[in-house]
Amino acid sequence: MSKTLNRRDFIKTTSATTIGVATVASGITLTTFADTNKTPVTNEKRWGMLIDTNKLSEVDIDGMVSACQKEQGWGSEVHSTGSQKPGWIKKLKVKDKATGRISNLALMCQHCEEPPCVDVCPTNASMKREDGIVLVDKHLCIGCRYCMMACPYDARSFVHETLSNQKEHMPRGKGTVESCTMCVHKVDKGGIPACVASANSDAVIFGDLYDASSKINQTLKTVQSAQIRADLNLNTGVRYSGL
Amino acid sequence: MSNIRFEQIEGKSLGFYALIAGLGILILAALGSVYYMEHYGHFVTGMNNRIVWGMPHVFALFLIVAASGALNVASISSVFNKKLYKPLSRLSGLVALSLLAGGLMVLVLDLGRPDRLIVAMTEYNFKSIFAWNIILYNGFFVVVAVYLWMMFERRMNRFSRKAGLVAFAWRLILTTGTGSIFGFLVAKQAYDAVIMAPMFIIMSFAFGLAFFILILMASYQWTNRPLGNVVINRLSNLLGVFIAVVMYFVAVYHLGNLYLAENTGVENFILFDGGIYTKLFWYGQIILGGFIPMALIYHPATKGNRSMLGLASVLIIIGGLIQLYVIIIGGQAYPMELFPGKEILEGYGGVAQYSASLPEISLGIGGVALAIIAVTFLVKFLAFLPESLADDVANPHHKG
Ligand code: SF4
Ligand code: SF4
Repeated sequence: MSKTLNRRDFIKTTSATTIGVATVASGITLTTFADTNKTPVTNEKRWGMLIDTNKLSEVDIDGMVSACQKEQGWGSEVHSTGSQKPGWIKKLKVKDKATGRISNLALMCQHCEEPPCVDVCPTNASMKREDGIVLVDKHLCIGCRYCMMACPYDARSFVHETLSNQKEHMPRGKGTVESCTMCVHKVDKGGIPACVASANSDAVIFGDLYDASSKINQTLKTVQSAQIRADLNLNTGVRYSGL
Repeated sequence: MSNIRFEQIEGKSLGFYALIAGLGILILAALGSVYYMEHYGHFVTGMNNRIVWGMPHVFALFLIVAASGALNVASISSVFNKKLYKPLSRLSGLVALSLLAGGLMVLVLDLGRPDRLIVAMTEYNFKSIFAWNIILYNGFFVVVAVYLWMMFERRMNRFSRKAGLVAFAWRLILTTGTGSIFGFLVAKQAYDAVIMAPMFIIMSFAFGLAFFILILMASYQWTNRPLGNVVINRLSNLLGVFIAVVMYFVAVYHLGNLYLAENTGVENFILFDGGIYTKLFWYGQIILGGFIPMALIYHPATKGNRSMLGLASVLIIIGGLIQLYVIIIGGQAYPMELFPGKEILEGYGGVAQYSASLPEISLGIGGVALAIIAVTFLVKFLAFLPESLADDVANPHHKG
């Protein structure tokens, strides 16, 4: 049985999902980033984010970017050039060619359910946790950058230089690849990601996509939302509305 | 065939030592570059977060592709039982192994964490084409080494045909794997094409043979061994055919892409308005690496002339490097289509900039130097080269 979460059948399957997971649960529990948490990460949850571009001003998005930088400690690289500096989350300005309508959005790792980055990684350093969060194990990453080639969202960065003053929860390392962790260190303790916290709670909703009572689930049932590059069928955890 | 005697080269001349010293310097320079890039970090290179595979990958993939092609000469003899190629089999295996060693050296030393090679050797994600390639590359060493042993050891000679078959099959899979590294990248318009794998196979035939011809002619020239026209003309013809087929595949690839509306953007970029990439494609890959070598090989004025064949081989190698540059760097430089029907004004898009830095180029050249130094040393210590390839030896039934 497949437990994909296409937008169309999202509503239909949500209630059946909780029954489904019991059979799909693989027994593998990835606790690399969750060792502070006693409850193991399971696939009963699927963490996701819904970003409403109508409700975000450019200033809000800048705020999300700096919240992420502050939380995860990237962006103060001194030697890297502009195109070498990491960018875990970016502000994008997009114009519809036909209507001329401009939207602003924040783009980070989309935490794909079928992540190409994980498929191509030769050493299993890129991995997807049972709850849908895609991470890089910094101890296994050999810096081959194949995941960066494979990611359709330009979501990953390579660390080009030696770093200092790193955050305790985020050991970044020269020569390895990194990307948005969905602030797993906070989420595992019951918190919400830093970027979400910085934006107003209507504009960016974070939560468990499978949980029928969660705000994100409820909202996704009522509003039009989209995945970026939906044609690739990656079933992303990050969704956008108002695009 | 029994009159073929294999012998080591003397390797005592001044020229020999000069060659070794020159190559040694290039390899040291490459290692120095690696130290520099690792010590400071990759910000000293020309790479960035959009162009993540730079010049070292161009060289590495070129050498790996050429390696499998260099084995062709041996395959033609073992698999297709062509007697003329039999005396060349040993050298063919040796060139193949050496080129692969050079390519892998570059690939490994270009990693962000080359010190973690052991991780790459012990942790496998079997869904990853890259992980498969690591196994295929290592296997190639073993398979070709066994094949060489069968050829060297008289008692084992009778198995050499079987070993040759295995090696042949292995090399086809290996190049398919290398081509598939790109074929599997659905996100990038330039790569998502099934034709990548067969195109890489035929590229390997041409690049590998060009290397082989240069090494063969140089080693016979420098050791004053006779090398007849029969062998040379046959190889020259083969090279001409290979390069023609490469060009055919390139044409099919680009025409096929132009036909698919979703790929017209990247096709226009490479073929018409991609600045440096368009120039490299037409002048470098097509004219310098394709038409000119073909002309040198087939034009009555230059046909059969060894210097011209050597020049053609060099141009094919340079053209091949340019071809991989266009594929690898050009394919990354062209932005991904994130929002079809929309224009990205800010945050992503545009053509990514890249200019190869000196350490990157030096690392790549170091890989080529490693391959050549390996061949040079091994022909001194083991009997890889027939003492004569004069026409009456190579082909006793040859008339005239
Ligand atoms: S967005 Fe990119 S990095 Fe994130 S899971 Fe998908 S493929 Fe991987
Ligand atoms: S979830 Fe955390 S890591 Fe990801 S973009 Fe937001 S703040 Fe950054």
